[in-house]
Amino acid sequence: MKFTLNGKTRNVEAPPMKRLLDVLREECGLTGTKEGCGEGECGACTVILDGLPVNSCLVPFAQVRAADVTTIEGLRGHPLQESFVLEGGAQCGICTPGMILAAVALPKNAGRDEIRTGLAGNICRCTGYTAIYRAVEKAAKTRTLRRAGN
Amino acid sequence: MGASRKSGAVGRNVPRKEGLDKVTGRAKYVDDLHFAGMLHGRTVRSTIPKGTVTGIRFEFDRKGFTVADFRDVPGRNAIALIELDQPCLVEREVRHFAEPILLLAHENREQLLDAERRIAIEYRASEPLYDPARSPKCFKEIVVEKGDVAGGFSEADLVVEGEYRSGHQEQLYIETNGVIAVPENGGVTVYGSVQCPYYVHRALRVLLDLPAEKVRVVQAETGGGFGGKEEYPSMVAGHAAILALKSGRPVKIVYDRVEDMVATTKRHPAVIRHRTGVKRDGRLTAIDIDVLMDGGAYMTLSPVVLSRGVIHATGPYRCENVKIHGRVVMTNTPPNGAFRGFGAPQTQFAAEVHMERIAEALGMDPVRLREANAFRPGDTTATGQKLGKDCSAVKVLREAVRKSDFRAKRRAWRGTDRGIGLSLFFHGSGFTGGGEVKLASKASLELTETGARILVASTEIGQGTRTMHAQIVADALGIPYGNVEVAVADTARVPDSGPTVASRTCMIVGKILERCAQEIRQKLGKTSPREYLAKHGPLVVTKEYAGPDGLYWDDDTYRGDAYGAYGWGCDVVEIERDPITFEVRPTRVTTVQEIGKAIHPVLAAGQIEGGTAQGIGYALLEEVAMRDGRMANAQLTNYLVPTTLDTPEIGVTILENPYPHGPFGAKGVGEMPIDGPAPAVINAIRSLGIDVREIPATPERILESPRSGAAGG
Repeated sequence: MKFTLNGKTRNVEAPPMKRLLDVLREECGLTGTKEGCGEGECGACTVILDGLPVNSCLVPFAQVRAADVTTIEGLRGHPLQESFVLEGGAQCGICTPGMILAAVALPKNAGRDEIRTGLAGNICRCTGYTAIYRAVEKAAKTRTLRRAGN
Repeated sequence: MGASRKSGAVGRNVPRKEGLDKVTGRAKYVDDLHFAGMLHGRTVRSTIPKGTVTGIRFEFDRKGFTVADFRDVPGRNAIALIELDQPCLVEREVRHFAEPILLLAHENREQLLDAERRIAIEYRASEPLYDPARSPKCFKEIVVEKGDVAGGFSEADLVVEGEYRSGHQEQLYIETNGVIAVPENGGVTVYGSVQCPYYVHRALRVLLDLPAEKVRVVQAETGGGFGGKEEYPSMVAGHAAILALKSGRPVKIVYDRVEDMVATTKRHPAVIRHRTGVKRDGRLTAIDIDVLMDGGAYMTLSPVVLSRGVIHATGPYRCENVKIHGRVVMTNTPPNGAFRGFGAPQTQFAAEVHMERIAEALGMDPVRLREANAFRPGDTTATGQKLGKDCSAVKVLREAVRKSDFRAKRRAWRGTDRGIGLSLFFHGSGFTGGGEVKLASKASLELTETGARILVASTEIGQGTRTMHAQIVADALGIPYGNVEVAVADTARVPDSGPTVASRTCMIVGKILERCAQEIRQKLGKTSPREYLAKHGPLVVTKEYAGPDGLYWDDDTYRGDAYGAYGWGCDVVEIERDPITFEVRPTRVTTVQEIGKAIHPVLAAGQIEGGTAQGIGYALLEEVAMRDGRMANAQLTNYLVPTTLDTPEIGVTILENPYPHGPFGAKGVGEMPIDGPAPAVINAIRSLGIDVREIPATPERILESPRSGAAGG
């Protein structure tokens, strides 16, 4: 079955009801997507599917036919990645890939309340979220600066 | 910070060592690892809380499966910890729900799960016991006595009594427990999500009857621990190792969320009674405390959890006449164990809610009452420990009150649905009593061509161990942070630095590393590492824990210096109550914590922010519903931990009052932040005139609580 994964067309054979999470980790070898609860509550397995963040543990593989999927491995040098390191947004790191992808999907120049609501489906047990907000806000500033400067 | 310090690493927010790997998805956690020929393993567990196993039937074709039970244990069938009371696999007697009975392994995970459903275990059930007050078995009893309690009560103008209750709490690391056991070299190598590689190492030696060199434990990147991966991984590793040795193949066991919540350790529930004598002016004349903790079915670490709980039970207050009686007992629920704070969150919750009630009884301002009694340098604790200059109780209290505008808000919000409450707390860094001397931890530093490599068993579990240790070594050696490497916590390579627990990784292990670095620096003199290595060959310096002179502890009488140092904290929590649903929503936390020295301010603040959020969950949301000895809400759908929408803004202020024997003055920071939020939340609810004495304060509990008649205090 064909779909686009991190910008490249892939043809992957897997049972149609297999969880996208498992297809990514096992068939595609992309272990950056993590399982936290397996029931769509924690958001650790968040990937971007056709522009929207989804819990890949709840998506059957059949549903990504011809779709566009971005995992953490598909982000290369995104300002959020740097700001998560510098601001302490990643501690144990297990929620981090999903959290960053959920943050990627936030509206541009989101305010604190929008960030809070947009990340409400992603549980972090380490940070208390404060450092994550700082990281998201810093990355937004970096992007603005880059656009202005480059 | 002065310009002269700019080249140093300590006190600066250097990039986290493994940060890039974590934000790119490259960091390898145990479930990301694969070995050729690997099987998946599964633990078959009891479905009754108490009884005996009378028969086991396998209703599937066992071809292709590895099946193991207690008879496959090569050594002693026990998880070696404080005692050897907990079997690795049930022989006959079942003491709790979800107790491991059988192990299964197969190449295919789906077939494995299907087979598990086709195993029928028959039992003869017996009557379980859930009420700790009626338990016939006490794991540990501790009595702390100071002064003359009866005399203290006779001096009192007023006696205030109360009972406070706290429930289980699940650590809820987002990565569940997991290991891979690989049979090799006539022994076994275990890769796992663990806090304490040497705990697992010792447990496997006993369980498998293997010499030390045949057992190797390697930490994989670990997705959170919070105490939940202190002792339990020995069980998971034991199971995987038994299957690996029997099958001759690598075996991976990774728990799903339900299994992790149903079977693994939780914070001990506690019932704590206070009786306090107090003068009209607020001076405490006598403190009498009874602590009862529910240990669950086996001992695990309960005695030491109780110990820390008891020692912190007065809160940070001076009183010449103190008696604390603590017990932790057996019940037929899964064993409770280590969780950040380790007994102190329970006892300080009780102490601080009780303090608020004393203020109400006296008609006294709660800040003034705390100021009048808070520890000052030179005061003695319940165990008779004389506090040094780094005692900052009054300082954190004043700073938190000022920063939060506590008094003005309390006045302004009287009679509304907004409330504000505070808590003052402390937390001892390092193992309790003589624990650090007994541990005799070691750390090593190896000279490299460009700098040094840290060799410690301390694990990075999110808190920043690698980064913080590298900062200490960089400055002690006088080299750039980037030139310090950190070896994987692998028992074949690193010495036993003790467990990664008890707020000891910076203050205790960091200090040993600092001493290693000082010796290397002295050896190098003006020589560069490269020149030194060329001339003298490899250099590894290993040092052992050396406590400060004069530290004294008597385990029989519970007198002496319980901890090398204490951190000090004060939380102010602001809340809003929904008048219809009785739901309480925290809106802001102001927290001031004195931790000696913040080696890495962002990481230290991260510990405080994260611990505070967990404490908010403990106070309001996180209810483990135990029904018939089983966690009934063992999934994230109905065990609620704080999301972004439940977590208030957390304003952190770090104060630094250096501890002379910590590296660069640092004390511990990891656990203290979880001591304060629960009592501050409950005291904020009290400010609305609601007398809550049990956490979590769910809307149902708030609705059922009596009016305190002391709104606004």
